[in-house]
Amino acid sequence: MMDSSGSLLAVDGTPLRRKLAQSMFRSRVRAFGLALPLLAFIIVVFVYPILDFLRQSVYDARFATLMPATSEAMADWDGSTAPTEEMAAALVADLVIAKKEKTIGKVATRVNRELSGTRSLFTKTARNAKKMKPPYMEALIKKDKDWADIETWHAMKTASRVYTPAYIVAALDRKMLADGSIIQQSEERRIHVQLFARTMEISFLVTIFCLILGYPIAFLMASLPLRTSNLLLILVLLPFWTSLLVRTTAWIAMLQAQGVMNDLFVVFGLATDEDRFSLIYNKTGTLIAMTHILLPFMILPLFSVMKTIPPSYVRAAKSMGATDWTAFWRVYFPQSVPGIGAGALLVFILAIGYYITPALVGGQDGQMVSNIIDFHMRKSLNWNLAAALGLVMLVFVMFLFWVYDRVVGIDNMKLG
Amino acid sequence: MKKTTLLLAGTSLALGTTSAFAGSHTGSITAVSWGGAYTVSQIEAYHKPWTAATGNTVVSEDYSGGIAEVKAQVEAGNVTWDIIDVEKSDAVRGCDEGLFMEIDPTSLPAGSDGTAAVDDFIPGSFTDCAVANIVWSTIFAYDSSVTTNGPKTIADFFNVDAFPGKRGLRKSPKANLEMALAADGVASGDIYDVLATDEGVDRAFAKLDTIKDMVVWWEAGAQPPQLLADGEVAMTTAYNGRIFNAVAGEGKSFEIVWDAQVLDVDMWAIIKGAPNAELAMDFLKFSTATEQLAAQASYIAYGPARKSSAPYVTTYHSNADLEMGPQMPTAAANLATAIPNDFEFWADNADELNERFNAWLIN
Amino acid sequence: MAEAQTKAFVEFQRVQKSYDGEVLVVKDLNLAIPRGEFLTMLGPSGSGKTTCLMMLAGFETATHGEILLDGKPINNIPPHKRGIGMVFQNYALFPHMTVGENLSFPLEVRKFGKSEREAKVKRALDMVEMGDFISRRPAQLSGGQQQRIALARALVFEPELVLMDEPLGALDKQLREKMQFEITDLAHKLGITVVYVTHDQTEALTMSDRVAVFNDGVIQQIAPPDELYESPENSFVAQFIGENNTLEGVVKEINGGVALVELDSGDLIDSKPVNVSKPGERTRVSIRPERVEYNKDRLQKGAHTLKAEVLEFIYMGDIFRTRLRVAGNDEFIIKTRNAPDQVRLTPGTQIEIGWMPEDCRALDA
Repeated sequence: MMDSSGSLLAVDGTPLRRKLAQSMFRSRVRAFGLALPLLAFIIVVFVYPILDFLRQSVYDARFATLMPATSEAMADWDGSTAPTEEMAAALVADLVIAKKEKTIGKVATRVNRELSGTRSLFTKTARNAKKMKPPYMEALIKKDKDWADIETWHAMKTASRVYTPAYIVAALDRKMLADGSIIQQSEERRIHVQLFARTMEISFLVTIFCLILGYPIAFLMASLPLRTSNLLLILVLLPFWTSLLVRTTAWIAMLQAQGVMNDLFVVFGLATDEDRFSLIYNKTGTLIAMTHILLPFMILPLFSVMKTIPPSYVRAAKSMGATDWTAFWRVYFPQSVPGIGAGALLVFILAIGYYITPALVGGQDGQMVSNIIDFHMRKSLNWNLAAALGLVMLVFVMFLFWVYDRVVGIDNMKLG
Repeated sequence: MKKTTLLLAGTSLALGTTSAFAGSHTGSITAVSWGGAYTVSQIEAYHKPWTAATGNTVVSEDYSGGIAEVKAQVEAGNVTWDIIDVEKSDAVRGCDEGLFMEIDPTSLPAGSDGTAAVDDFIPGSFTDCAVANIVWSTIFAYDSSVTTNGPKTIADFFNVDAFPGKRGLRKSPKANLEMALAADGVASGDIYDVLATDEGVDRAFAKLDTIKDMVVWWEAGAQPPQLLADGEVAMTTAYNGRIFNAVAGEGKSFEIVWDAQVLDVDMWAIIKGAPNAELAMDFLKFSTATEQLAAQASYIAYGPARKSSAPYVTTYHSNADLEMGPQMPTAAANLATAIPNDFEFWADNADELNERFNAWLIN
Repeated sequence: MAEAQTKAFVEFQRVQKSYDGEVLVVKDLNLAIPRGEFLTMLGPSGSGKTTCLMMLAGFETATHGEILLDGKPINNIPPHKRGIGMVFQNYALFPHMTVGENLSFPLEVRKFGKSEREAKVKRALDMVEMGDFISRRPAQLSGGQQQRIALARALVFEPELVLMDEPLGALDKQLREKMQFEITDLAHKLGITVVYVTHDQTEALTMSDRVAVFNDGVIQQIAPPDELYESPENSFVAQFIGENNTLEGVVKEINGGVALVELDSGDLIDSKPVNVSKPGERTRVSIRPERVEYNKDRLQKGAHTLKAEVLEFIYMGDIFRTRLRVAGNDEFIIKTRNAPDQVRLTPGTQIEIGWMPEDCRALDA
């Protein structure tokens, strides 16, 4: 049956499409119900905390909350004219409260992030704020001439923004000025873009090395009888049973100047005792250790894909006159591409976020973005910048997924 | 000398009676410190005597510096640590961030000679939230069994022509910039004035540039002695106590060069919202008393923060021939060119200099 | 014999194969296949037939013995230089290539020019009536279509010898029968030599010029289909090819090409001695169901008859299939044509059955 518009009707006259939706509804509700506990779990312990933390990359209400009068007084100031007496009065009032409430340290730390050296300016001034009398601007300048510097006020203006792109901008080696314009950081302070580039480079190289080393092993495992391949599989998985830290430390013992590898090089005359190779505390060390640690993540998807390629394909190719190499390259290899895609993506994304290994064996040129994030988390306590760097990385990884989907197709990926 | 013996006898008596109190102890605190020989010295000199005296126990935990964990605990409202041994810059910053309880120095006990606490502690021993326990320093050291005609001055550390080999440096601008300027000829009293200017910072980084390619960077205090022992570096900066322990405890032939040592203090701070804040305060007062600080000095070569402790500093705990006095950063002979760390400077400039340092590292 | 050797296109000489050094999968195989023959290797799984095929293709090496192709030993020639076309069990069409690319592949590796390749591919596809599917992917084709493409691909580079390893195993019955015909037709039209492996005896009988029956690593019999069916040389072949009734007994005497066998039930029957040689030997006599006669008028005078009881009558359309109890054997089957004058036996009826002595073959026990 069809109605006038030509769409199919069910026996009772309702459009077939709607009928189908009705009959599917129950099973959809059921499916959703089954997924619900996991969904709730993921949202509560994973998605929400991450989003909450990432919010810090654009949200910083510390100054606005602790210095409310100053923030308000500065709201309309565009930064091009001299600071007004009104602003100075508000500042002094806020400083008095901040001193009393013992929040001055937080305020000082926040402004210091925008303009180095202002921390002590704030703490010192706050100590005397109570005694200050109008005109406040003069009183402030009398206390410290830095208050006459418009840069100080610019810094406060920037700090007073609750939602600010400043951290994300900083994560891209740029700097936001008080008037909201964005300029590039001075050359000796540019670090993140280069670090992102290096992180990409290291991750890319590690992925390539893992592929070069892992492909033949996976190929061997896939072509061996089950017993032997299972044994090899156990050997591949063996490193997983040792802690990451131990494995990394073992590489230190292997690679250092007086280590096993260099001793061997000396024994075989590849290096002299005085002039040993620098295999660790540099990019080489990071590459070697990370390749070793991430290798199983390449081998496993490759193996699981190769296992499903029947040997008859290669035989067919050979029977048609293809040499071993042609049969491999034209027939076997294209069919292992889904495994390469999965393995490479897995290794690459794991590598991008790697942190302990580069921290221990990376030296100065083997450091990655994750190490600077760690630095801001643990040492400088600039969690906003850490969140911004994390956000940039997350966006970048998402972009890579998108590119991968476009080029290879995400449904073309096989993990097993 | 007689007094010392008495004091030690008292300590061992107290140690001997620990078990008598074990059944009646009333509480427990979690003390967090840097681990290794340093924590051992604290356990011997602070924890055990305190347990013996009060019956309260101390759970010792290790961390690797920084106050991120404290921040996380406080912000999550789930504080499990009570008292923490922090560097001065972290003590100040933690106080600013509202992570530590305020401590009134006048509430601390007077020295054994009767001097009030505020006068007994060396200058710079107090911040709003922390009390110093020891003075430590960043020095540089080499292995005299490898480098026979060793370096004598900080300039030698930067002279890779006369003293070839890799250098170990802490991966942080702190102490490195000071030492670089000192090696470049800045007098120890002028270091921070120079460093406060852009030119001064440039000058320090330029000096570091001269050895940049030779540097192995370390982060944990245990690394430099290991780097020296492995022959990975010819000389390295280090915490003086770590080198001392490698020499006294493990028989290594490391030599410390005291020239341009950067003095700093470690401090006790009590975490805001600590579950056993009162006990922790009691522990803090107990452990920073004259006797305890002096006792600690026989386990590790860090100077007591109280002047009144100096006369009680004796010999190494396992070697009666090893006088601890000359091993201290505060020994007169070692102090000539010492640079006392200016925490105010670092609190103001740490962000910028860290940023610059990190950028310098990867460029 | 010397003449046969020179004529053989493919020849196995005393070939043995073992995978583990303990068990011989192929035991002393001797086989000569003349040019243009369609030879089928038939046997149960594990009988060694596929191993023989793989040795011929070059994917397995013979443990002992010589394989000759066109008079030349090929043991040391790698598979890709043997120039043998092959169709695999599951077609092995390359999933990442289109039909056209699949067919073009053997030509590309043989360095044919582009235009020549296109012409050959088109011709091969037309041959299997798949010309419209040149740009499809294998996954978009049905099983039968894939089968044709696999065939076309094996033929496109015009090999003289084509091997087929159970190529029709995955197809349904109707399609299988259609393809059987198409393959033989094509093979004869092109004049190629085909070695075909199957475990389906109907397929073997309908397609082949000759069938080699494999069992236990040995060729049990090699003969044209009719000979194989009508004159099996041993009880394995008799059992394996077509339906068969067997009765066991002892040879009483052999006289003038006829063996008198005393069955275990005590009955006596005449049979043709095939591999029994002297009285006293145990034997298994084999009679095809369609050669059993129960119409007294048609039975030869003086022939031995046996008493039988009808147990079951099955109407199968073109034929009737009747199960009898004969000499203690409950599974004795007779088949009769559904002719207008044919009697339908009802269960419980007692009848007498007989056969021509030459249809009853006394084989090994």
